[in-house]
Amino acid sequence: MYGRKVKLRFFFVSLILITVVLSVFLIIKSLEENVVFFKSPTEIKALSEIDEKKIRIGGMVKKDSISIISKEINFIVTDFKNEINVVYSGVVPNLFSEEKGVVAEGYLKDKNFFLATKILAKHDENYMPPEVKAAIEEN
Amino acid sequence: MFKYFEPSKIFSITSKAPKYVLFLFIIILSIGLTEALVLSPEDYKQSHSVRIMYVHVPAAWISLGVFSSMTLLSVIGYIFKIKNFFLISKSLAPSGLVFNIIALVTGSIWGKPTWGTWWAWDARITSMLILSLFFIIYLVAWRIYENNDKIFKVTTIITILGIINVPIIKYSVDWWNTLHQPASINILSKSSIHISMLFPLIIMTAAFALFSLLIFLMKYNTELIKIKNKGLDRL
Repeated sequence: MYGRKVKLRFFFVSLILITVVLSVFLIIKSLEENVVFFKSPTEIKALSEIDEKKIRIGGMVKKDSISIISKEINFIVTDFKNEINVVYSGVVPNLFSEEKGVVAEGYLKDKNFFLATKILAKHDENYMPPEVKAAIEEN
Repeated sequence: MFKYFEPSKIFSITSKAPKYVLFLFIIILSIGLTEALVLSPEDYKQSHSVRIMYVHVPAAWISLGVFSSMTLLSVIGYIFKIKNFFLISKSLAPSGLVFNIIALVTGSIWGKPTWGTWWAWDARITSMLILSLFFIIYLVAWRIYENNDKIFKVTTIITILGIINVPIIKYSVDWWNTLHQPASINILSKSSIHISMLFPLIIMTAAFALFSLLIFLMKYNTELIKIKNKGLDRL
């Protein structure tokens, strides 16, 4: 149906594509550790040793866990399996609140205690008007 | 069928099209902007910053769509030696780059009030930046090899390398922990954007698609005129 040259070029392009996909896949797989933006409390618990380097942890701010003592903010980050206590002093983003996503950057003191130097609020994929939100909460 | 690929025949159609596309674009854009900026409600959590989404998300979609089309055109054009497909692909690239940059910039503007940072090296944002680099590499390649037959091979390779990045962009938010939120719109399940916010989003996407088409037609016509001036009546 098609000429030999056309088939050859088709084969050539497919081969390049497969090769590139595989190599990119392998590279990303091996870099997994660095591709993730933050670690969850469960992943922190699974660490064999505590690194001195700056890391990011993320999860939900546990309900009723935020307490503000003068300039210091204490709260608990949870992934509903494990929890980490976070202490931070500074300005938090507007969207930072209980039962919402958060990413904290800083240093792990031990597996239960995290000293944050920066707080980022994580937004979820839900978008709705306030009235709808209120209606959902009523139900 | 091959007769249809004569530049002068194509030009007689594409040279008339821009004014109609422009007219339609202005209408759709004004509906979209009214919906997005005035009529649509504010978000329960981020209030008015949600309106940035109506520019950010369509821009990102269009840039991904443009790059995918460019790859498809280049690969088919390369296998079957259809020069016209390369010209279409070349003419598509600028609008793709523009929307890619718009997506990055609006995302940054949105990130500051919501996340608390202008920029984060998370998988979604970084892979989107890489896509913009591929657009730039592609366009620079055309400049370098302008009158050289190598250009068809070079640009095909660039698009093939770049297309690997497209599924990475799409699924980065599912595969890894990212600061960027996961997709709200899913073809198979119910979308997590309320209908009153989904509507302006779709209208704005249509408006941006028309803008992309408009820029494409202008670029494509320029290419056709260039060929005419060289005295070639066939691609």
